[in-house]
Amino acid sequence: MKLSCLYATVAALGFAPFGQAASNELDKSVAALRAVGGEGQGNTAAGRALQRLAKGGAGTLPALLAGMDGANPFAANYLRGAVEVIAGNTLAEGGELPLVELGEFLLNRSHDAKPRALAFELIRRVDAEAAEQLIPGLLGDPSVDLRREAVARLLGQAEGLAKAGNKPASVLLYRQALDAARDLDQIKSISGALRELGRKVNLTRHFGFLVDWQMAGPFHNKDRAGFESVFGPEKNAELSASYDGMDGKVKWQGYSTGDEYGMVDFNKPYGDLKEVTGYAQTEFVSGIDRPAELRLGCKNAWKIWLNGELIFGRDEYHRGMRIDQYKLPVQLKKGGNTILVKACQNEQVEDWTVQWQFQLRVCDATGTAIRSGTKKNREVATQ
Amino acid sequence: MKKIIITFTFAALANGLAAGDWPGFRGPLGNGVSDEVGLPVALDAKKHIAWRIDLPGRGLSSPLVVGDRVFVTASGGTRQDRLQILCLNAADGSVIWQRQFWAMGSTMCHNKTSIAGPTPVTDGRRLFAIFSSNDLFCLDLDGNLQWLRGMTLDYPNARNSLGMASSLVLAGGVLVAQVENDSESFTAGLDKQNGMNLWRVDRPKSANWTTATVQKTVSGTEMLLLQSGRGIHAVNPKNGKAAWHYADGASTIPSSALADGVLYVPSHGLTALELADDGRSFKQKWRSSRLRPDTASPLVHRDRIYSLNSAGVLTCGDIDSGKRLWQLRLDGPFGGSPVVADNHLYVFNEEGMVQVVDLSSPEGRIAGEMDLGEMIQCSPAVSNGALYVRSNRRIWKIARKTQL
Repeated sequence: MKLSCLYATVAALGFAPFGQAASNELDKSVAALRAVGGEGQGNTAAGRALQRLAKGGAGTLPALLAGMDGANPFAANYLRGAVEVIAGNTLAEGGELPLVELGEFLLNRSHDAKPRALAFELIRRVDAEAAEQLIPGLLGDPSVDLRREAVARLLGQAEGLAKAGNKPASVLLYRQALDAARDLDQIKSISGALRELGRKVNLTRHFGFLVDWQMAGPFHNKDRAGFESVFGPEKNAELSASYDGMDGKVKWQGYSTGDEYGMVDFNKPYGDLKEVTGYAQTEFVSGIDRPAELRLGCKNAWKIWLNGELIFGRDEYHRGMRIDQYKLPVQLKKGGNTILVKACQNEQVEDWTVQWQFQLRVCDATGTAIRSGTKKNREVATQ
Repeated sequence: MKKIIITFTFAALANGLAAGDWPGFRGPLGNGVSDEVGLPVALDAKKHIAWRIDLPGRGLSSPLVVGDRVFVTASGGTRQDRLQILCLNAADGSVIWQRQFWAMGSTMCHNKTSIAGPTPVTDGRRLFAIFSSNDLFCLDLDGNLQWLRGMTLDYPNARNSLGMASSLVLAGGVLVAQVENDSESFTAGLDKQNGMNLWRVDRPKSANWTTATVQKTVSGTEMLLLQSGRGIHAVNPKNGKAAWHYADGASTIPSSALADGVLYVPSHGLTALELADDGRSFKQKWRSSRLRPDTASPLVHRDRIYSLNSAGVLTCGDIDSGKRLWQLRLDGPFGGSPVVADNHLYVFNEEGMVQVVDLSSPEGRIAGEMDLGEMIQCSPAVSNGALYVRSNRRIWKIARKTQL
């Protein structure tokens, strides 16, 4: 959000005490917070600005929330610090928060997800009933936190219908909830209930896990050197290529996972090997140029490339794995996008170090699956 | 009511702290020893739980106490990405202020631990709170944010999927953050005023959950003693430069204990290092495999050292020789470390049972027990005649006089 818009925002919200001078002061202070960068750059100025902002009244809250639009995570947290102090002081002194303005901010989806969720928290703090009334409208919200509230409410309703013996209505509410759910715990809860009601659920499709891959390996990872070693697939990932592997020539071979959560398991084609490196690649077809996130779960050391560009890598082994463990912002191009994953297995022999695998999905920033246009992917074929 | 250690008092007041405050992990000296007297021994929930307050999230960080205020961190939300810092009134547990921030780094950790794993630290004027996500916040004691850092944003591979737990320490006027992990592993000295790096040094690429100890040298300067799988590195906290290195390895879970110029390192069991007064060197004093600690850090009190092994056995050793003197079986396991006050050792097991061991008894004696009924993995704080301990859901004040 442009800072010059802050005054307009405040004025539009009708906060008369806000004169031009005060607005300029607020603009400057918010600008100082938004200028904070990495390694503490700008912290000194931000600390001073925060002191000034914290002296503002409750009328400044919508403007402070708006100041979070497009802000980096440092600035968003600084602004949150100001919002919390102002709201806390206002309530402690018996004052009121601008409920209507906060509600209007919440309902305006052009604002960022985090400040909107914070607006909802403030509303709930002072008027739980009003917050409750807002929840049904949050089902498809861009904010995962807000959408969660609406999904939870639907879940309760569906459960009540199931207990009352109204199976068709219950199934439909569960379906609606599943379509909106982005949190794993809610998705598991809903899918479990639907299955108990005799309905099929395709979680692979819901999450958008990529299930059809080409694999090449094994290459070495002796002394964990494989992570930094540049093996053949990193130089030329053509599917027709062959490489010098650990035990001779290796070629790309097709692999499809039937795992509900899209686990791509190198141990399946290659056996339970140790001190090895494997590669997997797939093509993801995007209908348009667009931002997206590659969301990876992996407990091995890994690197990932998109269209030949290294996106990120991490040399950690067997410290744990979960869905969406790593969220990697990328830009998809219209047409085919090649995703190449490198996964290294280390020398550990404990039974919890057997896994040599990963799971990957493509989604937007809310975790909504983006599905490949190619019919190669099973989840598309089963639509 | 209190015996006051004169040297500590001068140092503490200079920092804005007072005697009786509990300013960081394992207390004012970083070794779990308190000079408090008069804590309850024969514990009774009806008499000694002064108050119990629900917390808004999980955590195993230790509470801090400054004057009449208790500070504690927690993490909440579905993704454990709501980082909470609370200030409570020590008298009745009421919330004086509560702040919440969004996690900027990874909030993945083992189910048993928490994003609110590391213990904050205070200089008596400001509170410095770090979380497993490597997000660091400085607030004044009235809850006003002074500055913040998101060190996984700064250094994207600085994270641990099991969770981070090294607590912050203050040394030589510098705030020290250990962000040691399998990948982008470092320790940084930060300017307390603005959080900016004064220095940052690479550390062994290996997960590490220990907390540094601080040696005060004869000249009054301080030396930072960083523990890792590679042993102990003594580092000048002003510039990050290493002074010496004990290279025989050390545990990455229990932290060392420093007392009277001797560092007791969880290394090959337990290894005592006699530190030179000037902070420039060390020599090994003794080593004992029979004093090997498990998760809980060792504790030195008077002329004895105490360690808790994986079987829940408390072992007492002689600090001059490392010779084992006696053993006492307690009810474990222990995720937090013990504290000592008034010659009694207090330790909470993971099931929430606090056990009080009378150290004046020739071979130790369990003098009190009390079941709090919830998993506790934190090391308690001791301040002004009370113990403070927290679970994933609550915080308790345990004191002689019931105040409810």
